[in-house]
Amino acid sequence: MGNRRSATRLVQRTIALLYVAVLVLVPLVVVTWKTVSPGPSAFWSAISSQQAVTAFRLTAEIALASVALNAVFGVGLGLLITRYRFPGRRLLSALADLPLSVSPIVVGLALVLVYGPVDGWFGGTLHSAGIEIIFSLPGMILATTFVSFPLVLREVVPVLAEEGIEQEQAARVLGANAWQRFLRITLPVIRPALLYGIVLSLARSIGEYGAVLVVSGNVSGENQTQTVPLLVGERVQQLEPGAFQLAFLLIVVTVLVIVLVFLRRRESESKHSEPPAVVPDDLALSADPAPAALALNNVASNDVAQEKGGLR
Amino acid sequence: MSIEVSSVGKRFGSFVALDDVDLTVADGRLTALLGPSGGGKSTLLRIIGGLEQPDSGTVRINGKDATRVPPQRRNVGFVFQHYAAFKHLTVYRNVAFGLEIRKRPKAEIRARVQELLALVHLEQFADRLPEQLSGGQRQRMALARALAVEPTVLLLDEPFGALDAQVRKELRDWLRRLHDEVHVTTIFVTHDQEEALEVADELVVINQGRIEQVGTPADVYDKPANDFVMGFLGPVTRLAGRLVRPHDLEILTSEAPDTTPAEVTGLQRIGFEVRLTLDAGAEQPWAQLTRGQAEDLRLAIGQHVWIRATR
Repeated sequence: MGNRRSATRLVQRTIALLYVAVLVLVPLVVVTWKTVSPGPSAFWSAISSQQAVTAFRLTAEIALASVALNAVFGVGLGLLITRYRFPGRRLLSALADLPLSVSPIVVGLALVLVYGPVDGWFGGTLHSAGIEIIFSLPGMILATTFVSFPLVLREVVPVLAEEGIEQEQAARVLGANAWQRFLRITLPVIRPALLYGIVLSLARSIGEYGAVLVVSGNVSGENQTQTVPLLVGERVQQLEPGAFQLAFLLIVVTVLVIVLVFLRRRESESKHSEPPAVVPDDLALSADPAPAALALNNVASNDVAQEKGGLR
Repeated sequence: MSIEVSSVGKRFGSFVALDDVDLTVADGRLTALLGPSGGGKSTLLRIIGGLEQPDSGTVRINGKDATRVPPQRRNVGFVFQHYAAFKHLTVYRNVAFGLEIRKRPKAEIRARVQELLALVHLEQFADRLPEQLSGGQRQRMALARALAVEPTVLLLDEPFGALDAQVRKELRDWLRRLHDEVHVTTIFVTHDQEEALEVADELVVINQGRIEQVGTPADVYDKPANDFVMGFLGPVTRLAGRLVRPHDLEILTSEAPDTTPAEVTGLQRIGFEVRLTLDAGAEQPWAQLTRGQAEDLRLAIGQHVWIRATR
């Protein structure tokens, strides 16, 4: 019996492990191998060319801008959806999920149709006003923000819904105005979720290919609009060297961010559960002249009894 | 400070939570809003605290119209059923919150928080997070937090509702003592008539959005304004078409004026009391006797007795 059970478990584990290996590990190992094997000088020239440096700068600018936008509007829209009842609330909530289910290419094309300098709905007006959206930074930020928009929102909404508004109401009665309530209560409450949403959004922004490809025009040289993923794509397609080195660097940055946040999260969790729940020793209450002291001794010890009962 | 509620009405959609309610709460009293769930008592409390806006009517606190004053400027203390503890702040910072918002000097805050933590007996828990406290301790912390800003009125919404019976009973004794010490005008909401009778100076019985009766606990218990109040405040039974308390039924073994004949159908001993079920033809009343009374009467099932209400 026992043998058969442990055999089943072994098979299950092997399947799970193989699945993850084929899906994630093998490609990662290949990328790493292709990065390392040509040697350090190839690595350096791949990441230090003018084109690569500009691509890194562009990717960083776009990622930071869209993460900032997503954080602000994700929290704002999250508060709107969870705290207020208004007609169209459900529709808004459903619409907010749309970017995750629409193909990035379609997103890019849609943006071109709206803002394109030649055929766009009001791209022409903007163009004559000297504002370029498509084939320049604003369009790329717009596309990246669009595809990663729900990531902060979807992390923050369940926490806001679960925590409810009682803490905010309590703060309100204690005299806190809207801004003080947001900074002192709401923000700390959603902080872990917000941080996680920001990381997901950052990872998505750094790696976005399809939508950015369409709106950027993938221009290299002067007025370069080529981000790192686009440059990787180009080098792969043109059979130029240096694609894997760039890809490797993208992976390292993303993994690093995730690990950092994971560590922070663990740290704050262990800080929270540091002292033991309620220790009877604490009930050796200090001699207190308060008239209610006697009754309180009883109250406190009963609380402990309740707590222990709950734990069992 | 006194609170005057005049013709306050509140609806949630088609549900009438409060229907033209008038209420005056005197300075320094401990008042209980008592009634069944959904009767409107919490809504009334939240309107007094400013967490809910009435559709009609006014609320005056200490003589001033507070109807449109937002809660953050009403200077009330509010204690929620589920504590509403600030989970990310220590017990100390929870209690200090209102004072920090009011930008009081650090030293003053420290002194005041220490004093309050001593009052609710949580000094040694100052550095804990709320999740490391039991329910009763959390509620005492919430009370200290509400009292820290020296509110003109203290409002408690089913403050002991989430606690188990034993802790609940002790906290309610303690609230009574605390009120005798602090004297802040206090209103608390409860659906537990025993809690209300035991703790409050004054009872306000609320049902279906209306105030049924206001009075001292003894008044309301002894002279209920109607059958609802009578039934809500304690056990009732029916004799000669009238509601009476089962402990106000007198059992006689021989016929006397104004009595109803009945047959004993059940005898049940519960601790110090004996419950007697009777068959009086059209009605089946029940009576509550002490052990001594039951023994003196030598009651047995099937016996014929005569009963009358003593009040």
